[in-house]
Amino acid sequence: MLEQDGSIGNRTRGMGEIVEVEGKTTELAPFGITLAALARERPEIVGLTADMGRYSDILPFRDAHPDRFFNVGMAEQSLIMIAAGLSKVGKIAYCTTYSVFITRRAYDFVAIACAHSKANVKIFAGMPGLVNGYGATHQATEDLNMMRGIADLTIIDPCDATELKQVVRAVADIPGTVYVRNLRGKVPVELGPDYRFEVGKAKQLRAGSGKIGIVATGYMSARALDAAKAVEAKGHDVGVLHVSTIKPFDAAGVLDFARRHERLIVAENHKTTGGLASLVVETLYEAGIQMPLIKIGLDDGFFECGSQDYLERKYQVDQPRFERAILEDR
Amino acid sequence: MTLANHPPGAPDMTALKARALNLRRKMMRMAAGKGEGYIAQGLAIADCLAVLYFHEMRHDSAAPDWPDRDRFLLSTGHYSIALYAALAEAGYLDEDALASYGLNGSALPMSTFDETPGVEIVGGSLGHGLGQAVGMAMGLKLGGSPARVFCEFSDGELQEGSTWEAAMGGATFKCDNLVALVDCNGIQADGPVTVAIEPVADKMAAFGWDAVDVNGNDISALTEALAGARKPDGRPKAIVMRTTPGFGVPTIMARERAHFVRVANDEWDSLQVELEKENA
Repeated sequence: MLEQDGSIGNRTRGMGEIVEVEGKTTELAPFGITLAALARERPEIVGLTADMGRYSDILPFRDAHPDRFFNVGMAEQSLIMIAAGLSKVGKIAYCTTYSVFITRRAYDFVAIACAHSKANVKIFAGMPGLVNGYGATHQATEDLNMMRGIADLTIIDPCDATELKQVVRAVADIPGTVYVRNLRGKVPVELGPDYRFEVGKAKQLRAGSGKIGIVATGYMSARALDAAKAVEAKGHDVGVLHVSTIKPFDAAGVLDFARRHERLIVAENHKTTGGLASLVVETLYEAGIQMPLIKIGLDDGFFECGSQDYLERKYQVDQPRFERAILEDR
Repeated sequence: MTLANHPPGAPDMTALKARALNLRRKMMRMAAGKGEGYIAQGLAIADCLAVLYFHEMRHDSAAPDWPDRDRFLLSTGHYSIALYAALAEAGYLDEDALASYGLNGSALPMSTFDETPGVEIVGGSLGHGLGQAVGMAMGLKLGGSPARVFCEFSDGELQEGSTWEAAMGGATFKCDNLVALVDCNGIQADGPVTVAIEPVADKMAAFGWDAVDVNGNDISALTEALAGARKPDGRPKAIVMRTTPGFGVPTIMARERAHFVRVANDEWDSLQVELEKENA
């Protein structure tokens, strides 16, 4: 399988390789470009990376504000401690590396040095879920589960470039520590120009007939929209609720959506334990609601190397998986 | 505003010794009857805190949030007894509040929270102090502030990898407005320090720090080392302080070198008499 430039397509993507997204409008580096622009208005913003500047899209910020950019090296504990220290002398510290290294290695520092102090640290955690092709070492498939355990931490999983750009700006004014699942490279534009991100608010992206409703987070909400569109011709009118803020969780919004549907599909780029599906089930159960529910997400396990489309197909979180859940109820 | 120590004049050794004694008195009163604890480590860093709060650091207890204040970070949050004593002596805390130290529901908890006036970080998860101090020093320099950052951490914390990540950061970002005060008291949770951490000053120097090794219970040596640490030469400064747990109270000094010294309820009166006699 050759690509346009003659390279082999059926392979694990290289670090920082910018992958074309077929059939979608995309924006390049929405995180870094937005942050660079925001920092022109907000002199208190600083940007940091732990040797992942090239791979986290923060370089446009570095190039615009070199005096406010710090690469701490391959040291995630240091990244979070330094960000906490900067915030405690009045800065807003945006920091970047891969999700896995923040969550698994620097957890204590996010919890105590940042969240406990309500420090203005905004963590843009790269390559969430199955996005990274380097296997379990690089795939943050339990990050939402881990980070949910930290008090006073806001957690956001944006859908697309439109939302991510709004989130970059919004978190500057959300007090305290925020964990954002960052999207890099050519990021698809999925949501319309009228979409407005609000922290802690689930947004209904598509009204359905009331039979089947999909509750999704991150880019899985875009998959849900695509699936809903694909099954339209087959007579299914599926509603879609996008829950970009995982914490604080919009329980009222989810309950309202659930009450208006006969059965639910919950989808996330994460294991089905400890993330969105767990939150939805807990919320429904506590409200006394029992209803059919299918989880689309990753089973427990460590996952192999490969391109994102290969991995999604293999681990059953791709587009056909949604259509099966809708059409075959399984 | 009433700025303390601005600019620092020649140290008044008699006054600083009196301050250190006051800190020790406060600590003994706070610890009495509580069976505890961290009194040995607290007594050991009394001299350092007296020199910082009453000679070296620019600060104002009437304005604890003054942006250009010098910062003191206690990485070993469980040495809170010493920090609360210093903050009360310096006017940040009400003297009467000290009695509540370590009690359930107290605003002066056993391990430091940064809600307490004058406390800069949540201490106690060891290996967290120096990295935050580096970040503060970077941020203050970036904003053109003359403020400096003083960070205490312990020899035990040299076993945490994060401390060495921070040491690299301090040198990389040329934090010459940062002074590390490494409290080498030779004890940690399970007893004497057994992990090979020496030579501490040489290690800090190898990481790019301007490092000196001093007797941490010698006020004159501390003032001299801190004066040397004022150089804006692009290098962070490390003062390796050799301290004696329980310094100032011979019975506690002689007790087994343990992380958590046991003191019986009927001993406190005689120990306070010892402290006064030792400093008479």
